[in-house]
Amino acid sequence: MSAIVSVQNLRKAYAGGFEALKSVNLDIEEGEILALLGPNGAGKTTLISTICGITVPTSGTITVGGHDTQTDFRAARNLIGLVPQEINLEPFETVMSTVSFSRGLFGKPRNDAYIKGILEQLSLGDKTNSEIRTLSGGMKRRVLIAKALSHEPRVLFLDEPTAGVDVELRKDMWEVVAKLRASGVTVILTTHYIEEAEAIADRVGVINKGEILLVQDKADLMAQMGQKQLRIDLSEATPDIPKALNSYDLVRSDNGLHLTYSYDTTGERTGITTLLNDLQKAGLQMKDIQTAQSSLEDIFVGLVKETS
Amino acid sequence: MNLNAVLTIYMFEMRRFFRTLTQSLISPVLSTSLYFVVFGAAIGSRIDEVEGVSYGAFIVPGLIMLSVMTQATSNASFGIYFPKFIGTIYELLSAPVSFLEIVAGYVGAAATKALFIGVIILITAFFFVDIQIAHPFAMIAFLVLTCVSFALLGFIIGIWAGNFEQLQLIPLLVITPLVFLGGSFYSISMLPPVWQTITLFNPVVYLISGFRWSFFGTADVGIGISLFAIALFTGICLAVIWWIFRTGWRIRQ
Repeated sequence: MSAIVSVQNLRKAYAGGFEALKSVNLDIEEGEILALLGPNGAGKTTLISTICGITVPTSGTITVGGHDTQTDFRAARNLIGLVPQEINLEPFETVMSTVSFSRGLFGKPRNDAYIKGILEQLSLGDKTNSEIRTLSGGMKRRVLIAKALSHEPRVLFLDEPTAGVDVELRKDMWEVVAKLRASGVTVILTTHYIEEAEAIADRVGVINKGEILLVQDKADLMAQMGQKQLRIDLSEATPDIPKALNSYDLVRSDNGLHLTYSYDTTGERTGITTLLNDLQKAGLQMKDIQTAQSSLEDIFVGLVKETS
Repeated sequence: MNLNAVLTIYMFEMRRFFRTLTQSLISPVLSTSLYFVVFGAAIGSRIDEVEGVSYGAFIVPGLIMLSVMTQATSNASFGIYFPKFIGTIYELLSAPVSFLEIVAGYVGAAATKALFIGVIILITAFFFVDIQIAHPFAMIAFLVLTCVSFALLGFIIGIWAGNFEQLQLIPLLVITPLVFLGGSFYSISMLPPVWQTITLFNPVVYLISGFRWSFFGTADVGIGISLFAIALFTGICLAVIWWIFRTGWRIRQ
């Protein structure tokens, strides 16, 4: 796989001196779903807007399909579809006319059959000639997606597609994204819902205060999340960890009052029973035991706190 | 050049015009008829002729210019301000279109609408007064140039405006007074000498004068100067738009 979108040392500072993006580097692979996770004001929308051409970068380069978004903006933008966060639609236009307008802007000849196909796929088939103002909020959001797909883009940016959307509609949206990926479209979505990233992304990027803190395979992250800790409180502090327990990689803390054991819940054996037996054999008296699990949320909150 | 995009914007804007066709047409026809009743019949009956032309016919070019200038400005300013206001401008900014293509689409549509209304007013005028057009090609050229240049001005206003009040401000406070004081309803030779000089600083005088020349063959100022004035005005608007394009002023952050 090769990077279809490549962001190098991207920096965006506003006139007031506010630095919305600080030297961002990001490669997006063709065909993947990347979720950009971050709190409000982290720079998610600025990053997307800059890639799509709505904001001008202060420095750095962005290429889409190998085309520089500044010097070769037509070729770059031709590959991109953008679904904005806000529902921005002309209320008195019909669905067909507004989606056709988007297609025309990208220089493509009118193709009603193709657009009808997209509308069908987004369950808007019976709304083709309805005026935008007669549609529900969820339908309007799907019209925005139809507009973004009208010119057959290879990369689709979804800026918080499910912000303020009820659970059922959120699930619908995830299905739409899954279908898009199946059709070969690369999808980048921003969200501040962790479960959304968990549900649909291949990779997760965490962004805060204009910096990308981490971009990782969701599977790897899930593996980290699969890690659990067993904390053992001892009745008496142990000066060191007995040699017989070396294989458990125990971590000693609080002057030897606590021992922590990490294990993988997805593994066949956790090793807890043998550990507890071996602890007794080694003559250590247990007072209490407790387990803790790190979630994507913990990782996320931890990362965000570190930069705050 | 993304011609398809220019055409898409143009047609989209024209559809807005045709959707409200009745009010787009009835309003200029009605107001022109009222001007003819008030100025042509009531006042015109007390003024015989101006520069050898009946007063009713004399005001026709000025009336057309009045409508064309205000319509071109307001249509173009609204056309580009509206997407900014409701947020659909994101689409224009993220599409593979250059700023000049955006200008061509919006300004082209606004100029067409104004031209349409100008022609309607001219047709209406034929029902009220007897007019001949001495230089029809010059007349068309002046009309088209005025439509385009004021649509360019309107586009600039639409980009500049931060709210609906500002959108109305320039047409209301600048264009309407300049057009009324620019000799729409009188010849500037009818003014006292001091005012004649002051009037020459009003750019609209040159446009109306040149346009009137194409009808009657007589003008307040030389036709060459009129042509130069409208070319200068168009040039200034284009320069400002070029600057907006370079800097992304009020559109791209």
